[in-house]
Amino acid sequence: MAHGPAKGIGRWLFATNHKDIGTMYLWFSFSMFLLGGAFAMIIRAELFAPGMQLIKPEFFNQMTTMHGLIMVFGAIMPSFVGLANWMIPLQIGAPDMALPRMNNLSFWILPFGFALLASTLFMEGGAPNFGWTFYAPLSTTYAPDTVNFFIFGVHIIGASSIMGSINIIATVLNLRAPGMTMMKLPLFVWTWLITAFLLVAVMPVLAGAVTMMLMDINFGTSFFDAAGGGDPVLFQHIFWFFGHPEVYIIILPAFGVISEIIPTFSRKPLFGYSSMVYATSAIAFLSFIVWAHHMFTTGMPIAGELYFMYATMLIAVPTGVKVFNWITTMFKGSLTFETPMLFAIAVVILFTFGGFTGLMLAVAPADIQYHDSYFVVGHFHYVMVAGAVFSMSGAIYYWLPKWSGKMYDETMGKVQFWVAFVGFNIAFIPQHFLGLAGMPRRYADYALQFSDWNMVSSIGAFMYGAAQLMFLYNVVRTIVAGKPTSEEKTWEGAQGLEWTLPTPAPFHTFSTPPEVK
Amino acid sequence: MPINATQKITLKLVVAAIGMFVFAVFLMPPLYDVFCELTGIGGKTKGQYEGAAVAVDVEREIKIQFVATNNGAMPWEFSPLDYQIRVHPGEKTAVEFYAKNPTSRDMVAQAIPNITPNNAAEFFHKTECFCFNKQELKAGEEANMGLVFIVDPKLPASVTTITLSYTLFDVTEATAAEVATTN
Ligand code: HEM
Ligand SMILES: [Cu+2]
Repeated sequence: MAHGPAKGIGRWLFATNHKDIGTMYLWFSFSMFLLGGAFAMIIRAELFAPGMQLIKPEFFNQMTTMHGLIMVFGAIMPSFVGLANWMIPLQIGAPDMALPRMNNLSFWILPFGFALLASTLFMEGGAPNFGWTFYAPLSTTYAPDTVNFFIFGVHIIGASSIMGSINIIATVLNLRAPGMTMMKLPLFVWTWLITAFLLVAVMPVLAGAVTMMLMDINFGTSFFDAAGGGDPVLFQHIFWFFGHPEVYIIILPAFGVISEIIPTFSRKPLFGYSSMVYATSAIAFLSFIVWAHHMFTTGMPIAGELYFMYATMLIAVPTGVKVFNWITTMFKGSLTFETPMLFAIAVVILFTFGGFTGLMLAVAPADIQYHDSYFVVGHFHYVMVAGAVFSMSGAIYYWLPKWSGKMYDETMGKVQFWVAFVGFNIAFIPQHFLGLAGMPRRYADYALQFSDWNMVSSIGAFMYGAAQLMFLYNVVRTIVAGKPTSEEKTWEGAQGLEWTLPTPAPFHTFSTPPEVK
Repeated sequence: MPINATQKITLKLVVAAIGMFVFAVFLMPPLYDVFCELTGIGGKTKGQYEGAAVAVDVEREIKIQFVATNNGAMPWEFSPLDYQIRVHPGEKTAVEFYAKNPTSRDMVAQAIPNITPNNAAEFFHKTECFCFNKQELKAGEEANMGLVFIVDPKLPASVTTITLSYTLFDVTEATAAEVATTN
């Protein structure tokens, strides 16, 4: 017998319903996004003009570190886990996630992990200041004492992420509705399935890296300490063995999202479905064998440089297949440009741009110059923000009516998109110029010749920040006072099981599995 | 209790995750060392050389440069007595490094060697080296520390200069901790 949610706070504390947990993940990640965003605003305010105006260099380093950590582990990753919780059962015709109690646990340990991490801001010694990549020995020998809080925070966040992935894999493999074969899975489900395998493979490596740091700092081992026979370069190998798959963990679910949105607003099925599945798998596989493209300046032998250069460039091939398929899906479609579609198209354009700068960085001899410059900062914001965050925004606009039974205001949505799009580009295009001109990353100050573009970049960043407050307003307003809608299909061209459900999606769905033909 | 499909896959994935953790902590570091040793990448020199004496190749002369660096805030005075010498391959040569502990406390140091170019590392044999042991100097004490080496005549012809660099680390605390735990 279907029954509604429990009342009061208990509904959330003891939640096992995939929709409730998904909602909590989404709100939690959004609050982390605002926190990480606030740090970014502090960084850009300080860099608005040369010289030190607002903060001390030590605090600046804490801000860049915390911004990176919070955005990657607190904002982007949990937001996609939230989306997976909401959408995977709806898209494969399952009544819930396969492991509802573990689902509760994996969500509720997250706030503790981030509380540990953020509490260091108020401690003596300050927050981590060694960069989000926490290279040893900066993060071991020279770290502030609070580094242990960072380490345990990462352990908790990693455990959460592994549990979330196990849940997703078990759900997709075991709870598909009858007739929902693997090659009928919506692409969002496919990309998440592959992402989940990546997470299970590399999150433990990250846990291993911080554990070795913990041992070096507190128990006298010398994994990364040259004085005791260890090697700091080993740290970089281990970190990037996790780190490069990690960037695909961030982008693959985003690819899944826009592979849902583009066909809907093109009113055509996705072009090249099976090639999308194979391309995603190929990207996932290749992501394990290219990690040292982050280490071209560590003094690798020439054979290593050549291998990592060509292997990295190879990733552009399956990525190109995907971009080709998205564009071909739009080709001769009857396109309309509602807010989710605007975000999806922006992702295709801007992500491709970021892919190209990635290719430039992959050229080993050129990277000697680009490495650790603002060019790299420009590159990864094009792929992570314009790739992952933009598609997340699109996903919320796309599915929010189904979740809440309320329609967002299309004009407000479009205005928010354009402010975000313009702000983003003003913020990050100039960073490429700065990097090529020689401005290094992670410094609190810069030489005078970099002043103009830094000012432009800061203005764009403030604009992009404002767009996120507009986004918050749009979402809250939709939920509180949006125009009620009960249409099953919010979007005329939408395909897929989630659009066969009533709107708003009831608390329990697919208690009897649907028949998939 | 029979286990269902979900429990089975969960179990497998948990085992896989633990396996990856073990791989990272217990396998990657030794694999990395083996890899560096086999390929000579990283310029790490080998331990004590115990090979037989070889014929001296008087036709060839190799320039050997010595670099001495203090790591971080290491306060010792540390330098080679000769910054540059010329040797014939196969010739046994002894040189010395000077070290002084100018502080008012007893200290222990460890020197970590590194060879440039990388591909010379496996042809640079040390029969004696202060870097094989920790160096202890009392407050204000100074010492000359010895190094005896042979350049292998099989050194690739492209190498005409070898730079041997030592970085001196302060391991006083770590050594004290070790003594405390072994006692
Ligand atoms: C065609 C695809 C891509 C190529 C060829 C590529 C290549 C590279 C290279 C060579 C670097 C190292 C630059 C340096 O440090 O000197 C780099 C950095 C980076 N890339 Fe990419 N990349 C690609 C896609 C992505 C994607 C999809 C993401 C994430 C969603 C990403 C995130 C990053 C990040 C975060 C860094 C900087 C890490 C740091 O040092 O803090 N990249 N990329
Ligand atoms: Cu990478």
